[in-house]
Amino acid sequence: MCLAIPACVEQLIAENHAIVNLGGIRKEISLALVEDIVPGDYVIVHVGFALQKLDQLEAEHTLAMFAEMSALNKDI
Amino acid sequence: MKYIDEFRDSTMAQQIAANIAFETNPQRNYHLMEFCGGHTHAISRYGIVDLLPGNVHMIHGPGCPVCVLPIGRVENAIQLAQTPGLILCSYGDMLRIPTANGMSLLKTKAQGADVRMVYSSADAVKIAQKNPQHQVVFFAIGFETTTPPTAVAIKQAQALGLSNFTVFCNHVLTPSAISHILQSPEVRQFGLVPLDGFIGPAHVSTLIGSRPY
Repeated sequence: MCLAIPACVEQLIAENHAIVNLGGIRKEISLALVEDIVPGDYVIVHVGFALQKLDQLEAEHTLAMFAEMSALNKDI
Repeated sequence: MKYIDEFRDSTMAQQIAANIAFETNPQRNYHLMEFCGGHTHAISRYGIVDLLPGNVHMIHGPGCPVCVLPIGRVENAIQLAQTPGLILCSYGDMLRIPTANGMSLLKTKAQGADVRMVYSSADAVKIAQKNPQHQVVFFAIGFETTTPPTAVAIKQAQALGLSNFTVFCNHVLTPSAISHILQSPEVRQFGLVPLDGFIGPAHVSTLIGSRPY
């Protein structure tokens, strides 16, 4: 229940639902809690609901911070 | 960007682990509480404890709604499930939780009660739609992430005019759990649980942000 996983939105369907692809598994979820989703977007899926649209820039920013943490004290 | 593989770079992780070891002071101990059961799982699964220096200790936190639910609530759910004609819908996590007398929702189901495992609160609404002659109760548990889906289910049931759908609400809050720990005598008075920091639940912050902390 507690897992929230990123999934790619493949198709928008009736009643504000969508088909998402979770590593090859296709599943119907609700988009009631998010706005402006188009096919190709990544969303965080939790108990059958998209909780948040993932922001590519934000993810790149986080990865850049990981790289920065990894590069500190590289001479040690 | 697929948001999974990019975050699983073992070379980078080992370099970060080496940097943590370099930055820590060998003269002291560090106690960090990971909030979520999901964190605890990931820490064990990926061997994070072995990557950390010996003086950095991970302490398991309260962030599993199944574990922190008072057992009386499971007993209440079992009583509901035993009501003739009632369908009790629950996330799978709750089904095996034993009560003091060794009962569980799974055993209650085996004895003939109509207990249905659902993946989503929306599935419970569908069950109510298909069974207008039965009262359908959704056993709602979880932190901030599971609460909005319960709210959507209630709105959906109202929009559909369902009079046979109710929610047994047991939702809980993350910041309250953290402050409860920090206020406890074990931490404040007796110093039994030294804490230097928390690892917070990121998916909770997708909903509440960081200000409540």
